[in-house]
Formats: sequence, C-alpha cells, structure tokens
Amino acid sequence: MKETTTVPVKAEKQVPETREETRTLTPPVDIFEIDDGLAVVVDLPGVDKSGVDIRVENNILTIKGTVDHKTAGDPVYKEFELLNYYRQFQLGEKVDQNKIHAEMKGGVLTIYLPKVEEAKPKKISVKVS
Amino acid sequence: MMWDLVRELESLRREMERAFENFGADFGIHPWFRTAFLPGRAARAYPMLNISEDRDAVYVEALAPGLDTETLEISVLNNRLRIAGEKQALSKDIKPEAFHRSERSAGRFVRTIDLPTEVDAEKVTAEYKNGMLLITLPKAEAAKPKQITVKVA
Repeated sequence: MKETTTVPVKAEKQVPETREETRTLTPPVDIFEIDDGLAVVVDLPGVDKSGVDIRVENNILTIKGTVDHKTAGDPVYKEFELLNYYRQFQLGEKVDQNKIHAEMKGGVLTIYLPKVEEAKPKKISVKVS
Repeated sequence: MMWDLVRELESLRREMERAFENFGADFGIHPWFRTAFLPGRAARAYPMLNISEDRDAVYVEALAPGLDTETLEISVLNNRLRIAGEKQALSKDIKPEAFHRSERSAGRFVRTIDLPTEVDAEKVTAEYKNGMLLITLPKAEAAKPKQITVKVA
C-alpha cells in the first residue's frame, strides 16, 4: 500500500477576496504619483460618501461603491445601468495604512496613499572631494 | 427639398448610431466595459442618459461625475433638451510621467436629445447629486393622459 502524502494547506487566507459575487461596474480611474505616495482618483457617479468602502490588505487596494439612487417613474430609454462599483489594484510599494485618507466630491473619489518611510526615496548626497 | 435631404441624412446617422450602441449587448458586456479602453472617448455621446416618465413628468438622469456646476447649462427648446457643461480636469501641475493610469476623460461636452412627450419648458428643474444630474421636466397639459368617463345609457 502506497503511503499518501498530504500537502500542508495554510488555513489562513493570504490574499483578500478578488471577486465579488454580484455583478458590478468597473469604474474608470486615474492613478498618479504625488510627493509622498500615490493618488487614486475614481469616478463613482451615484455613490454617496457613506457608500464608499476603501481598504488596503496585503498591498491590495480594494474600492467598493454602493449606489444609493432611486429612479422616478417608468423607464423609457436606457443607456446606462446603475450597479455597485468594485475595483482592485495591486500596490507596488508599502503603503502606510494609518495615513490613508480620502475625499468625495460630486461623485469623484480621491484616495491618498502615503508610502511608509522606508519605501520613500532617500536622497543621497554625493560628496565631492 | 434640400431641408428634407438633410433631415433624412440626420435620421439615418442616428439610426446607425443606435445600431452600434447596442452592439455587444448580446454578449453581456456593459457599455462601460466596451468603451473604457477604446480610443476616441471624446467622440462618444456624453453624458450617458436614462429617461423615465410617469403621469406628470419626464425624468432625465445623466451620469456625469466631477462636473463644474458653474459651467452647467440646461435648456429646453422645441421639445429638445440640451445639456452643456464641463468635467473638471485634474490639476495641470501633475507631470505626465507621474501617471500610472489615466482612464477618466475630462473637458467640455454638449448633448441634445429629443424628449418623448411635450413638456412645459418653464417648469423644468435640475439637481446635481453625487455626480448625477437629475432633470425633472413636467409634461405639458396637452400631453397628460385624460381620463374618459363612459356614460351608460
């Protein structure tokens, strides 16, 4: 009889969920470098300030937006569908979780992700002898 | 005669636009997915609109985040609604090489649509909330449904 070998499986989840069960929209984003980190600008029309959920786990940035909107009357013509928003990004540098802040204005979400001290570029002065 | 020809061409163009608008819908792809990575975003109809109605009014919803509300102009003429405005661009101070992604478009836009029924242009109201433009257009008296009582002889 052959001896069965089992592969050890870690019980803890290493990576946060990368899929949502329900149908969601992928919002367009702008990501750019600022002095001390990254700025992420997301278009989330129909989402109120209270409907935004931002988290960073294991260097994965997750943006969720819950739409809070009721349409009056019966639909006549439709070009867009309002669903909840969901998008994730893998972050390269270490982000200082305590210093993340965000603001919401007119359906546009801006997230500031400052880098941790050690990940910031260090200026090295060259001594000319 | 000339006028008719122009009108015909205009309606043909719209017909074609409509045909292409629904392209991809059968595969369950949302319009946003299809267009988000295509070039020429500015050439598309912007903002996207939904129209609904009830007995008293027509409601137009536009998906327009980050608008500069000062530049917003809404007018109704001959049963056509015109929406014009500007989506704020990011600060010019950001260097092009600082960008990792740039998917959001910005700039001026104008869109005109025909309304499904006659409306009272004097009583139109608009609200800008959470990046959505909500326009309420009360129907003209003539366009409201009339209840007809049947007399039993």
